Amino acid sequence: MATTASIHAHAAPQGFIRKYIFSLDHKVIGLQYYFLALTAVFVGMFLSLLMRIHLIWPQVSLPLVGEIKPETYLSLLTMHGTIMVFFVLTTAPQGGFGNYFLPIQVGAPDMAFPVLNMLSFWTTFIAFVTIIAAFFVTGGAPLHGWTGYAPLSALPNSGPGEQLGADLWVASIALFCIASLMGALNFITTTLDLRAKGMTLMRMPLTCWSWFITAILGLLAFGVLLSAGILLLLDRNLGTSFYVPLVVVNGQVMGHKGGSPLLWQHLFWFFGHPEVYIAILPGMGVTSQVISTFSRKPIFGYKAMAYALMAIGLLGFMVWGHHMFMSGMSPYSAFAFSIMTMAIGVPSAIKTFNWLGTLWGGRIRLQTPMLFAIGFVSLFVSGGLSGPFLAQPVLDIPLHDTYFVVGHFHLIMGVAAIFGIFAATYYWFPKMFGRMMNERLGQIHFFITLAGTYAIFMPMHYLGLAGQTRRYSQFTEVAYQTKLIPLQTFMTYAAFVTIGVQLVFLFNLFWSMFKGPKASDNPWEATTLEWTTATPPPHDNFGGRTPVVYHGPYEYGVPGAARDYIMQTDPATVPSH
Amino acid sequence: MSQADLTMEGHPAGLTTGIPPFSIPAKKMAIWLFIIADAATFAACLVVYGFLRNGAPNWPRPFHSITNVALMTFILLTSSLTMLLGVRAAKTSDKAGAFRWTIITAIGGILFALLHVREWLALIAEGMTLFHNPWGTGLFGASFFCITGLHLLHVTGGVVALLAVGIRYRGGRYNADDLEVTGLYWHFVDLVWMFVVPFVYLLNLAH
Repeated sequence: MATTASIHAHAAPQGFIRKYIFSLDHKVIGLQYYFLALTAVFVGMFLSLLMRIHLIWPQVSLPLVGEIKPETYLSLLTMHGTIMVFFVLTTAPQGGFGNYFLPIQVGAPDMAFPVLNMLSFWTTFIAFVTIIAAFFVTGGAPLHGWTGYAPLSALPNSGPGEQLGADLWVASIALFCIASLMGALNFITTTLDLRAKGMTLMRMPLTCWSWFITAILGLLAFGVLLSAGILLLLDRNLGTSFYVPLVVVNGQVMGHKGGSPLLWQHLFWFFGHPEVYIAILPGMGVTSQVISTFSRKPIFGYKAMAYALMAIGLLGFMVWGHHMFMSGMSPYSAFAFSIMTMAIGVPSAIKTFNWLGTLWGGRIRLQTPMLFAIGFVSLFVSGGLSGPFLAQPVLDIPLHDTYFVVGHFHLIMGVAAIFGIFAATYYWFPKMFGRMMNERLGQIHFFITLAGTYAIFMPMHYLGLAGQTRRYSQFTEVAYQTKLIPLQTFMTYAAFVTIGVQLVFLFNLFWSMFKGPKASDNPWEATTLEWTTATPPPHDNFGGRTPVVYHGPYEYGVPGAARDYIMQTDPATVPSH
Repeated sequence: MSQADLTMEGHPAGLTTGIPPFSIPAKKMAIWLFIIADAATFAACLVVYGFLRNGAPNWPRPFHSITNVALMTFILLTSSLTMLLGVRAAKTSDKAGAFRWTIITAIGGILFALLHVREWLALIAEGMTLFHNPWGTGLFGASFFCITGLHLLHVTGGVVALLAVGIRYRGGRYNADDLEVTGLYWHFVDLVWMFVVPFVYLLNLAH
């Protein structure tokens, strides 16, 4: 095989198309994923803004969508959820930063299978185009929510968006599954096979651990969703009845018979719960990396951090039933799912305490990446504490269809994961683009986003406890809910401010890309391999060198060392912990 | 997309896949991972089948004989054996032998597929479709065609892969490792069938 490789060996591609469009370079593919996610996040955010406006001013006609009918509102929340979960939270941390930095951090010249990597990105891209197309077809976007519960999602005549729009939605998800499977295969092989000499598993940065575990989750979860999605397409188009019992829609008896909507829920959540860890684990990795670097201390409990990631991944496959307590499941099953769910609190708490332990007594540098990493921990705790409430069927049943759950998952898997992406962006921007981002704008971005996030999502917990149901497009006319209007109005204003300040981020990103001060090779004085190479890294990452690793990833503040950090490639003679 | 296209391009020799510093070759690792993901996909379909079968009051048991499925199983299992012989020949640099066994394996796959299609056509002729059959709930046809169809798709893909890799192996573009990797996939297709036979055929034999 070495001969095959030397036949293929050639210099970096020169033409624009080979270099930037159909590139095999993991760094370019990483950026492609990142900018795809950036586009998607602004689409998703715009949809959420429309929903927030409609909730408190139901009569107002809105740009691009006009008057909002109840079904339009359902389309908005469906597309917001789907785009955010798949094309932002799954795409940016894993496809974007994972692609760019996994090979560099383990000391490899590229991913194990560059062509597969390119296919994976372009399949994701087609999936994104497919889902956006759902807005523009007859009937519009689907209204079955990001969870696509049958029979609503399985019957083309069950609602206005459930015709071609829903087919495009399912097709998009199926394509996304295939792309993610290709990516997962590549990530795992790269991690196991392409590590540089001396880069043992227990010397990998925690970011690599998180991408690795995330890839394993993806490998096991996306195949199941792929099957489920294809069967859903058959139900919709070929008349099978996997998910559809005998039903009557608008007074008309459907031809389906014998299927089970619960079957879809089981298959979906068997994927869906690991999926929330696919979104959050890379954020945990970045947070560990950044907190250690900017506290100038080794990460507290490195091995515990790696094992906690594995434990979260493993438990993540045993708890899908907690999304289905409302389905009338047997109390015995509910009890088992409940216990497993609460057990996830243990590795999560281990991670949280280790982050705090790393901060404790550190020489903390409060630069923007660090702020966002601390923000991640804050949101993770705030969102996580409502988890044990919802893990208990007796509490979940009254709370499940209220804003309480919306507040919970937005804090912990939505915005926390986004904070992980922001931390990663500010942290790795110098390496990716060779320039520094503006610190002052970054701090403005951070403080307003953090306050805004809490202002939007904390009140949702109170709304939920007050009994306000989720997914309803209008509540201002409902007598017992009118007292909640001021709180909802406050949340909408907070959403305006929070979304507004994201434009500051966008400006900072593009302005710094061209006008920011030049970055040195290692501006944060960090230790991992990406900081040993040029900025931005050359085509093969290390300019023909093969890095050799002698140290763990977080050797900060080592007694007896010449400076306060030891690079992973520093000679073995340098003292370390 | 050929397997050679999946190897690392654009980098100096020596920094590449194929001879990893620690563990099994990248391609073999990749096929094992693919098998894991594919097993999850098949498992989901089998779970769907079991879930629906348990819940249906009128699940049909239309099969009267196991002759055909036994013959298909025999052919597929034998083709796994010939695959092993092919890989062993390749490891001992017996190029002609390896190529011959690989082609015999592919022929086994084609025979299996033909028998399977014949069985499908017979069932369709008896009135079985994706959503209806004369014996009981329509879910039977849906799950039968989906599970065996997915498997048949894998067999077809496997035959194409065997022929492509076999021919390129003889031409010198691929080596014994590539043949072994293809073989792993083929054994997996065989293994899946060993789940399909008891669940989908034997459980649905008429009393």
